[in-house]
Amino acid sequence: MHSGSAKLIIETGDDKYIFHFSGLLRVGNLDQIETVLNAQEECLVQKEIILDFVEVDELDSAAVLLILSTMKKMQLQGCESTLSFDNEEFEQLFKMVEKHAHLDTSFTCIVPSFVEKIGKKASDRVKGLLQFLAFFGQLSMAMLLYLRSFRAIRWKEIVFEMNESGIKALGIISLTMFLVGIVIAYQSSVQLKIYGANIFIVDMLGISILRELAPMLTAIVVAGRSGSAYAAQIGVMKITEELDAMRTMGFDPYAFLVLPRVLALMLMMPILIFFADIMGVVGGMLIAHIELGLSPTLFLERFSNVIDIRHFWVGIVKGPFFAILIASIGVFRGLMVKNDTQSIGFNTTKSVVESIFIVIICDAIFSIFFTHMGI
Amino acid sequence: MMEPIITVRDVTTRFGTNHVHDKLSLTINQGEIYGLLGPSGCGKSTLMREMILLENFESGSITLLGRDINTISAFEAQELRKQWGVLFQSNALFTSLSVAENISIALKEYTSISQKLIDEIVAFKIDIVGLKQSDGKLYPSQLSGGMKKKAALARALAMDPKLLFLDEPTSGLDPISAREFDALIVNLKEMLQLSIIMVSHDLNSIKTTLDRMAVIDHKKIAAEGTLDEVMAVTSPFIQTFFTTYSKHLR
Ligand SMILES: Nc1ncnc2c1ncn2[C@@H]1O[C@H](COP(=O)(O)OP(=O)(O)O)[C@@H](O)[C@H]1O
Ligand SMILES: [Mg+2]
Repeated sequence: MHSGSAKLIIETGDDKYIFHFSGLLRVGNLDQIETVLNAQEECLVQKEIILDFVEVDELDSAAVLLILSTMKKMQLQGCESTLSFDNEEFEQLFKMVEKHAHLDTSFTCIVPSFVEKIGKKASDRVKGLLQFLAFFGQLSMAMLLYLRSFRAIRWKEIVFEMNESGIKALGIISLTMFLVGIVIAYQSSVQLKIYGANIFIVDMLGISILRELAPMLTAIVVAGRSGSAYAAQIGVMKITEELDAMRTMGFDPYAFLVLPRVLALMLMMPILIFFADIMGVVGGMLIAHIELGLSPTLFLERFSNVIDIRHFWVGIVKGPFFAILIASIGVFRGLMVKNDTQSIGFNTTKSVVESIFIVIICDAIFSIFFTHMGI
Repeated sequence: MMEPIITVRDVTTRFGTNHVHDKLSLTINQGEIYGLLGPSGCGKSTLMREMILLENFESGSITLLGRDINTISAFEAQELRKQWGVLFQSNALFTSLSVAENISIALKEYTSISQKLIDEIVAFKIDIVGLKQSDGKLYPSQLSGGMKKKAALARALAMDPKLLFLDEPTSGLDPISAREFDALIVNLKEMLQLSIIMVSHDLNSIKTTLDRMAVIDHKKIAAEGTLDEVMAVTSPFIQTFFTTYSKHLR
């Protein structure tokens, strides 16, 4: 049934051309016929043309459309074309297709110019920023309203989210930070050995891990795990109209979806950082022992002597700030999803990229701030 | 005219412990609108999905356009897929593509005809299903329920298939749109000489569109044939399904 092909033989006379079509004129085998017809129609001016379908076994609407549009072009060039069949069905098909055809329509969109693209991108960015600010304002308002009464807090959702994005992330964050501790200790031990300054590895590891590395890495892992999950989940809920359903039932999405996530992450982030601190230091301690012969007792004694508690607090304090950035960007990106599946992928990616970027900026601001404060 | 286009022989289907079909057999002839009827959850959609190679069955055989789908090669399966169009219960339009792009995607993938001809084919398909040309540039999220059905039907017709599968095409439509859609299906069948297999619950559709039908009940075919033949069968389901509505039908 599908193994045949379509053929076109052109019989030329002085003023009369006969196009003999044969075989299966179906949409799958039209490409060659189309090329031949396009080449022919250029040079046919004021001729008499007969389109012969007597040998055709099968004809579909796509083929009929091709013939019709060719005939139309030929007519514009002063040709007179006639159709010839001995098949009632084909004639009917031609009539039917002709009735419904819209020749010369185009659905291709106009490709915007380079300048237009830049302008659109720029205005989209500005719009995006404004939308985020609006969202952040709404979030803050909701938070104030929500925290006004202790009883209104949805502990069940918060605890659920604390488990999802906090407890379940403990394993991966611990492992990551343990390995980072090892890497940092290993690299610095090589340098410190040269100067015989082995014991200073404690100062180095303590300050860098507690102040910077643990909060940053925790934030990055959480952004990748939970920020993206928030964006995807809320995005799909938007597409399936679940958000609208919630609104109509009087469930404020901010109270039910947004705030529990933000609050859960704000509560869990410091705890995650605390564990990351421990694991990072343990990793470093292991390498200090193996590479520099520093016993854990000596390491910990030095640690409690030289590492001020304020370094620990500096790291922990960053937690809630990072958490609010990650959670709000994740949720915001979810709400930005439009009614198609592609925008879920787009916004999920964006949520991770943007939240990591913002976390780094926020960290830089903290650095400057703490240094100025002399902490 | 009356040669079979699909034959189902002794098909048995099980999902875990859920026995859905027990040795079903039915025959669908070329050029007819064939209905799969039965209570909700009796396995109509499943049977249709088995016919279009989306679901496996435990035993039995299905022959489609002369090929036994148990033994066909991947290449033959791909060839078969180009010969039918499917309208899913939930439309399944590609949400990130416009209506015109939804219709043209198969044409672009499987043929090497010019963009101009593709656009003309798309315009024609949009017209025969009763949409406006300007709807072609809209995205699925911008369409109403009935328009989505029509767009999905236009996509199913894109490659000029001879075989069309429709899963509950009128469910979710208002009665007027549903009747229009029925008329459209009968009309298209006449115009394009299609064979159509459809799942339906809608008694009006059953009466006005179907040439023949099978009623699935208790894992078996309870009856097969024209409406009169089916209504003559004495089975509890057929009695309740048809007789309560028979006044309204006649
Ligand atoms: N993928 C699946 N996995 C398990 N059970 C299924 C699956 N698809 C369908 N079923 C079961 O098969 C039965 C028939 O379903 P379906 O064919 O969708 O019914 P309907 O006749 O309403 O279209 C139902 O009991 C359903 O629960
Ligand atoms: Mg179903």
